Amino acid sequence: MRTAFIETLIEAARRDDDIFLLNADLGFSVLEPFAAEFPDRYVNVGVSEQNLIGVAAGLALSGFKVFVYSIGNFPTQRCLEQIRVDVCYHQAHVVVAAVGGGFSYGAQGYTHHAIEDFAVMRALPGMRVMAPGDPHETRALTRHLAEIPGPGYIRLGRAGEPVVHAAPLAVPPIAPIHMREGDDVVLLSTGGILTEAVAAADRLAEGGIGVRLLSVPVLKPLDAAAVLDAISGFALVATIEEHSEIGGLRDTIAPLLAMRGTRTRLLPFAVGDGATRGVILSQEAMRAHCGIDAASIAAGIRAALGA
Amino acid sequence: MDIAASTPALARRLRVHALRMVAASRSSHIGSCLSMADLLAVLYGGVLRFRPDEPGWPDRDRVVVSKGHAAAIVYAVLAESGYFPIERLEGYGRDGQPLSGHVTHSGNPGVEVSSGSLGHGLSIAAGFALAGLRKKRPMRAFALLSDGECDEGSTWEAALFAPHNRLSNLVAIIDYNKIQSFGRVEDVLALEPFADKWRAFGWAVREIDGHDHAAIHDALKRPEPSERPIAILAHTVKGKGVSFMENDLLWHYRPPSPEQLVAAIAEVEAVG
Repeated sequence: MRTAFIETLIEAARRDDDIFLLNADLGFSVLEPFAAEFPDRYVNVGVSEQNLIGVAAGLALSGFKVFVYSIGNFPTQRCLEQIRVDVCYHQAHVVVAAVGGGFSYGAQGYTHHAIEDFAVMRALPGMRVMAPGDPHETRALTRHLAEIPGPGYIRLGRAGEPVVHAAPLAVPPIAPIHMREGDDVVLLSTGGILTEAVAAADRLAEGGIGVRLLSVPVLKPLDAAAVLDAISGFALVATIEEHSEIGGLRDTIAPLLAMRGTRTRLLPFAVGDGATRGVILSQEAMRAHCGIDAASIAAGIRAALGA
Repeated sequence: MDIAASTPALARRLRVHALRMVAASRSSHIGSCLSMADLLAVLYGGVLRFRPDEPGWPDRDRVVVSKGHAAAIVYAVLAESGYFPIERLEGYGRDGQPLSGHVTHSGNPGVEVSSGSLGHGLSIAAGFALAGLRKKRPMRAFALLSDGECDEGSTWEAALFAPHNRLSNLVAIIDYNKIQSFGRVEDVLALEPFADKWRAFGWAVREIDGHDHAAIHDALKRPEPSERPIAILAHTVKGKGVSFMENDLLWHYRPPSPEQLVAAIAEVEAVG
């Protein structure tokens, strides 16, 4: 995903002289091609995330379209107030790109698990919150964030995530992407855990359960009409995210269901509050520990359907 | 007209505006306003390149008032500079009016960025300066900081950043009035040796009397070609110009009563 991101950003910078890239001393072996091709539109600010965002705001208010790049929680939570005031209040065109979303950094530990980012970033006024599910989604959303002004957040995985979609996306996936069709349950997945959602859908289908699967890479602004339309008539909808159960996809969808008076039951697959404290596991094993891997998702849905 | 020669009169008007605004709105921070009156008067009256009728002029100098709690006098200098009518100042801090108690850009031409949470401004000004250099525009960026906000680690992140990136068009002006929110700077969290700290970070440091207009003007004028950003340590007096407010922490919080307002304005207008 991070490769798709930087390649897309370089393509955008070739077309648009105002694209600027800042990083806070992270991105080794990823950002060098951009720095080499556009030395006048690149700065490594050092290990200083608050300054990263402040400088980005100053550049953006001078006409640049600024992408800032760092790892996990560093460019969001460490400098949250700078994002809230310097970027969001001024509606500056600053896009925060965080690599290593969810448990990408696995056994590197708690500090590197980015599992509250949706909650925190969704709460900021005017902030667009995006979590692509594969490299194709990453390319389409990066292009979108470069073109449309205003604050943005994009959660990336690491290198080497599999391509899930069969072909590049012709338009940015602002509306959820329908990936499988079935009649028994709707799965809504956001971010890099899409691979687990696809695997869960495959397992369920093998057992005769009809699954409608959607990738929901844009959490904010959510295309609520498209989501409600996708859910319409279903008794069960499951949300799948590599994120705290608080404030992410579950909490984006739940109010929709409640406020529209639907009778659809919501079955969330998310990280329980505090479930990762003191737990050292790879990404794969952590997903299983938290009950958000394909096997857990399939089992949970089977149980909910009484199948 | 010699613009520089007119700055003492401008400073007096700014003090009177700020006193009236803070008194009428029963708000805080008059001491913080008065300590930077002379800095703002010389900056806007004799140094900055700007076009009040074209606030978005790309080559304008940028001012980031990082000590956003001194909003009253910032709005006053913008009104005096022609960005909006003087009458707007009467709505300071009132419901539905554009002038909030901390510096706000929304609806207020001339305000580059909103502030009020300390420690943000120097980074933003550095971003403006970097943009100016990269876009090869002749603009300069000025950040007005309080001494108290030099407690913030983010201020020092920016202090490291600017010299490293040779932001020669960046000027940090520190309103060094020696009193912060809870007491004297030296008692709360000492900054001395303050000039040495900026110097050690790579800044060209100028230490001046922040109420001496000639000294301020000399420090703020465009420097000889250099790669270093400039830090101006402006030694000031909190509450300057009103004897019963000077050097008294109370006036970080207390608005003047109607009687005190009359006395304060009389003192300010009696000077010069």
